[in-house]
Amino acid sequence: MTGQDYVEVQGLTVDFDGFKANEEVDVTFLQGRIHFLIGPNGAGKTTLVDALTGLVKGTGRARYGNLDLLSLKSHQISRAGVGRTFQTATVFEELSVLQNLDIAGGVHRKAWGMLRARKGIPDYVQEAMETVGLADLRDRPAGVLAHGQKQWLEIGMLLVQDAKVMFLDETVAGMSHEERDETGELLRRIAPSRTIVVIEHDMDFVRNHADFVTVLHAGKVLAEGSVADIQGNPRVQEVYLGRNIEEVSHE
Amino acid sequence: MSTPTDVESPFLPVAATPTDRRRLPRSSPRLSRDTVSLIGIGVFAVLMLLVAPAVLSDFRLNNLGKYACWAMVAVGIGLAWGRGGMLVLGQGVYFALGAYAMAMHLTLETAGPDAIPVFMILYDPLAPLPGFWEPFRSGAFTLLAVVGAPVLLAGTLGYAIFKRRVKGAYFAILSQALAVALAYLIGGTIKLTGGDTGLSDFKYFFGYDLSDPINKRMIYSITAGLLVLCLLVVWQLYRSRFGELLVATRDAEERVRFLGHDPANIKLVAYVTAAVMASIGGALFVPIAGIISPKEIGAAASIFLIAGAAFGGRATLFGPVLGALLLGYGRSSLSEQWENGWIYVLALMFILVTLLAPEGVASIPRRAAGLLGSLRRPTESRPPRNTAAKETKS
Repeated sequence: MTGQDYVEVQGLTVDFDGFKANEEVDVTFLQGRIHFLIGPNGAGKTTLVDALTGLVKGTGRARYGNLDLLSLKSHQISRAGVGRTFQTATVFEELSVLQNLDIAGGVHRKAWGMLRARKGIPDYVQEAMETVGLADLRDRPAGVLAHGQKQWLEIGMLLVQDAKVMFLDETVAGMSHEERDETGELLRRIAPSRTIVVIEHDMDFVRNHADFVTVLHAGKVLAEGSVADIQGNPRVQEVYLGRNIEEVSHE
Repeated sequence: MSTPTDVESPFLPVAATPTDRRRLPRSSPRLSRDTVSLIGIGVFAVLMLLVAPAVLSDFRLNNLGKYACWAMVAVGIGLAWGRGGMLVLGQGVYFALGAYAMAMHLTLETAGPDAIPVFMILYDPLAPLPGFWEPFRSGAFTLLAVVGAPVLLAGTLGYAIFKRRVKGAYFAILSQALAVALAYLIGGTIKLTGGDTGLSDFKYFFGYDLSDPINKRMIYSITAGLLVLCLLVVWQLYRSRFGELLVATRDAEERVRFLGHDPANIKLVAYVTAAVMASIGGALFVPIAGIISPKEIGAAASIFLIAGAAFGGRATLFGPVLGALLLGYGRSSLSEQWENGWIYVLALMFILVTLLAPEGVASIPRRAAGLLGSLRRPTESRPPRNTAAKETKS
């Protein structure tokens, strides 16, 4: 069941009063493939995701199924099954892990049902909670979770939403090695039925978990291919000023 | 795009999930907190409806009824501001809707059928009754207006404001400005509304003689009962999924949007509910206080209304109601001896609460417990704590 679903971006341009944060970007994200977006700061990685999730206005085309993501509003994009996380984990700090996940599943509930208290735990919430490994912390307020756990909780919320396309913005930034490995395994587990796009600076993480890499530079696609292709690409090395990718990409 | 199996189980078979573990009983702290709150409402109801009428004089009970009207507004403010994050600085507007609807009805009832109110006769004995007064001859219409008018106004205003994503200080200023504007409007239309003098000298309340203490006690009971009802409404809202979503919207509106919700609709429900509570409080304030004037609805009055909620603890269930009752009591008992002195005491209490317990008086026990247990949340531990992470994967 891999490979039927995809997001196809063609000629995406994001223009901030003359400054082109993205210019004529062509890229295709395929289901079942963990796709990394890398590039120096200011390369337009987050802007690209912002444009595809309705946060900033972009021109061009971004086809997902029979929808054009660029013409939809944020909540419509979310309802169409395209979810995202943010650089700073934004979980609802005062609500418990369970409440956070439950809210993510609330879109299709009837209005009247919203006025009742939750009874038991919906199956899909329980599954998501176990998938991201937070079942034991169910009643903990999200605000007290460790940084990595908050990121997992966000991914869990995307699972509850049943997001078929997930944009993850610097998910492993600030995580320990163990947490990074666990995050990688988590992505591997959920990837086959989803289209996963990760913005990342950490080259070890990219090397270990990327199926496909797109390098952005100055708002444009500089190169794309496997990790080995990218590392051997002279243009990529040139952009990184001949230095090691690791050095430059650290913030 | 999605296969039929996706609908039933959106997840890959990650790990065998034992089905019997799904229906876990709700965690004990949450369950008990709801129940404890419900018991608390029960105790409050007994105090207000049985104990207070038994021990208080007619005069004191009537005063308590007045505070209960303010408390009703405060309960709504707790919902809109405490849980919803909307700084409703102008609830006097909705208080006024209910109060003036009721006052117009009582004025007409006092004047008698086909007669016009006394204050209008003073200006022009031959003037006809203004058109917008006419429907308020009907008690049923009045009651409908007490609920319907705030729904219409708050619904329209709220829709326009929240869809445009006006929030924070802009929202607060806007709501306050509305209260000021309405107070000026009423103050400036003395021939139509009684102006700054207000409406007063009501003799009857839906056929009941207001000079009879028994009838005043009945009105108190209605007020106290409705206050308890308001508490029950927010109790249910707070424990519902809507209540969780409202808190989520307060804390991270954009995130809620990315979960596919429209935060405007969520806020609108809370805002309209708060407006209705304020209006009902205003409607009952009129027969209890015996007067309504722009002084009770303008900027200062609106701030007084929100002060109770802030003082008691805006995000808690009981904070707003207890805070409002306390401030109401302080206001009338202090001003009995020391005219306008209460405002200084109020200001002082406010400074103390803001400094010592910014989440309100109701949060003091929890804060104390938190300090004792030194289990305050380990704030912003930016580097991840490995121990916690491992604990996860046990």
